[in-house]
Amino acid sequence: MNAPGPILSLQEVRRTYRMGDVVVEALRGIDLRVDPAEYVCIMGPSGCGKSTLLNLLGCLDRPTSGHYFLGGEDVSKMDDDSLSSVRCRRLGFVFQSYNLIQQLSVVENIEVPLFYQGVDEQESRQRAEEMSRLVGLEHRLNHRPYELSGGQQQRVAIARALINDPLMILADEPTGNLDSASGVEILRLFDRLREMGKTLLLVTHDPDVSKRSGRVIRLRDGRVESDVRHG
Amino acid sequence: MAKPTALPTAYQNWQRLRRAFRLGIKSLRLHGLRSFLTALGIVFGVCSVIAMLAIGEGASFEAQEQIKNLGSENILVHSVKPPEDRKVSDAGSQSFVLQYGLTRVDLRRIEESIPGVLLTLPARVTKDYVWNISRRVDCDIVGTLARYPLVRNHRVEQGRFFTERETETKANVCVLSSEVVNNLFPLDSPVGRQVRIGPAYYQVIGVMEDRGSIAALEGPQDANRGSLNRIFIPLETARERFGEVFMRERSGSTESERVELHEITVKARSTDQVRAVAEAVRGVLEHGHKRKDYEMIVPLELLRRAERTKQIFSIVLGSIAAISLLVGGIGIMNIMLATVTERTREIGIRRALGARQRDIVTQFLVETVLLSGAGGVMGVMSGLAVPWMVTHFSGMRTIVLPWAPVLAFSISALVGIVFGIYPALRAARMDPVEALRHE
Repeated sequence: MNAPGPILSLQEVRRTYRMGDVVVEALRGIDLRVDPAEYVCIMGPSGCGKSTLLNLLGCLDRPTSGHYFLGGEDVSKMDDDSLSSVRCRRLGFVFQSYNLIQQLSVVENIEVPLFYQGVDEQESRQRAEEMSRLVGLEHRLNHRPYELSGGQQQRVAIARALINDPLMILADEPTGNLDSASGVEILRLFDRLREMGKTLLLVTHDPDVSKRSGRVIRLRDGRVESDVRHG
Repeated sequence: MAKPTALPTAYQNWQRLRRAFRLGIKSLRLHGLRSFLTALGIVFGVCSVIAMLAIGEGASFEAQEQIKNLGSENILVHSVKPPEDRKVSDAGSQSFVLQYGLTRVDLRRIEESIPGVLLTLPARVTKDYVWNISRRVDCDIVGTLARYPLVRNHRVEQGRFFTERETETKANVCVLSSEVVNNLFPLDSPVGRQVRIGPAYYQVIGVMEDRGSIAALEGPQDANRGSLNRIFIPLETARERFGEVFMRERSGSTESERVELHEITVKARSTDQVRAVAEAVRGVLEHGHKRKDYEMIVPLELLRRAERTKQIFSIVLGSIAAISLLVGGIGIMNIMLATVTERTREIGIRRALGARQRDIVTQFLVETVLLSGAGGVMGVMSGLAVPWMVTHFSGMRTIVLPWAPVLAFSISALVGIVFGIYPALRAARMDPVEALRHE
């Protein structure tokens, strides 16, 4: 999927929550454009709308108003099934707490997105093994997540995020639960992905992480405060 | 705008389902004991459906066989000592001859005045010891006619029954019931041997077929009901030997009874006519008897009653079984609801990775169906084992109808689907964002 245009673009995206009588404006009009092969960091204090934005970008949530184009397709008005399909085919997720499924082995965890795409079993196993080689876990295929270290679990999660060859990988504090050595290991992996031409979008608190990226977007009170490209 | 999903082929669907089942087994095995206990509810439900149906069916089959053995065209009339006379004789310092019961006049009237009657069979029953040298057995000595086996559907197993000519000539011949043979001739065949009743000897010419507990229904339904030990002699022989007055010493006084006939069996031409003939017989007897000193048994009516009883029995057993299946289903639902809450995060992960709502529904539904299906299989096996053990240890007859396990298993699968739908829908309708945030 190498659409010539931007990977994603947000136009005047707002998201409000209604909590009883109080209306919370989490996002107050965001305009954003991310091109292929960009490495973007989203930063900001807690409560600035990072998580809300990430949920919208990840198609787990829909904007209250505005448009979200992902790979040229307007996903802001899609129904639940279509959104699932978009998540399944076009997005890869990496979470702070890894979010692996405990009853599945490493290789089965990596295969999950392909399972929901209905990919043939043999092919899916083959691709999962390929991905496990990419993240250096080919010797741990049949282990259970709880038998692995945090860094290894996060590598499994990255392999899982890569397996459907997504337009973009969304990562939410991917190093937040790791010691610094494993964190660096994961960041090196992200660097390699960038070299491979993947589009990365990270939410983080860690300034070290943001230094590695090519673009830092700061949010404050539901608006883009600054958008800096470097490197 | 092209939809990103291609239509899945049937093969893909099948493969998905197969993998869903494998995944379900994996998830269930994660909590093996819990899954087993949950399935146990269904096991008992299914087992009770099959076992209860088998036992009920067996019992009613046995009862119906017994009644059919009495002859569904037959009407049995017994002489019964009327209750008011019983009191007198119990008070009894007087000695008098008590006369009651069926008479030859009754017999003749029935034969001559009722059109639907095919055959009648009178019988006299005397109680006495029957001797084989030094062995003795307390027997019902039944004086009857040569057509007894025909009318009562009772086969002669060894030898033959006595003939009409033997009845007329008052021959000293007898036919033994198989119970008497067991007691009197435990080792060898009695045919051709002689037995003694009182002062007279009788030649044994045949042995009747064993019909088990059927005799319990043959005699009058009061205190001196028919014994299993029966010996058949020609009616005229009985009358001459024993007379019609039966005397019994009783704490100082003698008690005498005079009964002409103890039993009359009336065989109707067909089962359709049994009811009408029974009414007519009742009419004839009511006309001839001031007191109620007889009792009628209509096997066909017993059969109808048995069938009604069986229906009620089946309904009761069925509802008990249905309730236990319901309880099993509720158990499954309860556990699945707990499982869904426990696995909220997994649901969130799967949704984030592209599972549609229906994929989540399928996943949890497959798990409940697996649980109830496994419970169903175990239930069918134990449901087949229980009737077998009942038959083996208590000798009670049980019949497993071929559709019973099929029915029970399908109900269990249905229970799984019905009680699995709600938890599965609840799982699928979770907001993925909320689910991912769940600890």
